[in-house]
Amino acid sequence: MATTPIKSTATGKEPEQGFVYLPLIVGWLVPGAGHFLLRKWIRGALLFAAIVCMFALGMAMGGKLYHGADNILDMLGFVGDLGNGLMFFVSKFFSLGAEHVRITTADYGTKFIVVSGLLNVIAAVDAHNIRTGRKP
Amino acid sequence: MLQLSHFASVLLFALFASTVFGITLRDTPRRMFRYGIYCFSLFIGSVIVFSWVMYFIKK
Repeated sequence: MATTPIKSTATGKEPEQGFVYLPLIVGWLVPGAGHFLLRKWIRGALLFAAIVCMFALGMAMGGKLYHGADNILDMLGFVGDLGNGLMFFVSKFFSLGAEHVRITTADYGTKFIVVSGLLNVIAAVDAHNIRTGRKP
Repeated sequence: MLQLSHFASVLLFALFASTVFGITLRDTPRRMFRYGIYCFSLFIGSVIVFSWVMYFIKK
């Protein structure tokens, strides 16, 4: 009795090969790069522009980069900053960012930097969801 | 050092955050755009409302 070969997916396409977490990691290191990897050029460009501009504005406003875990708030700020990926490490390497916050604008800048990191994590997870097929 | 007013900072914050929210939380370009506009309006609207609330609390 003849049998027909079973297709691997409902659409008949072969499943994509490769490291599933690559867009997540690349997207974390460079904002929007996870989307570029998946050929979502416009989404990637918009995410890159939004996150990098937010981080750059935070630095220009004299925002502080967290570096330690002296207390719980500093620890949370540090986790937020880490979300910026390479931007955070490069800024740390060149000792950019204020040491202390003295004026109100610098406090806004510190928040801009933390939030840009958190937004970058959301963007990287979105790239991962596109890669795994959870999102079109 | 760049010194922005509080409202200018809020506008920029809302613009960037809405862009990311729109792209990541909706599926199609049209829905992304509409959700981005919705988030931006909520950010700005809530800032204006709470500013007036704080103004009257202070009085």
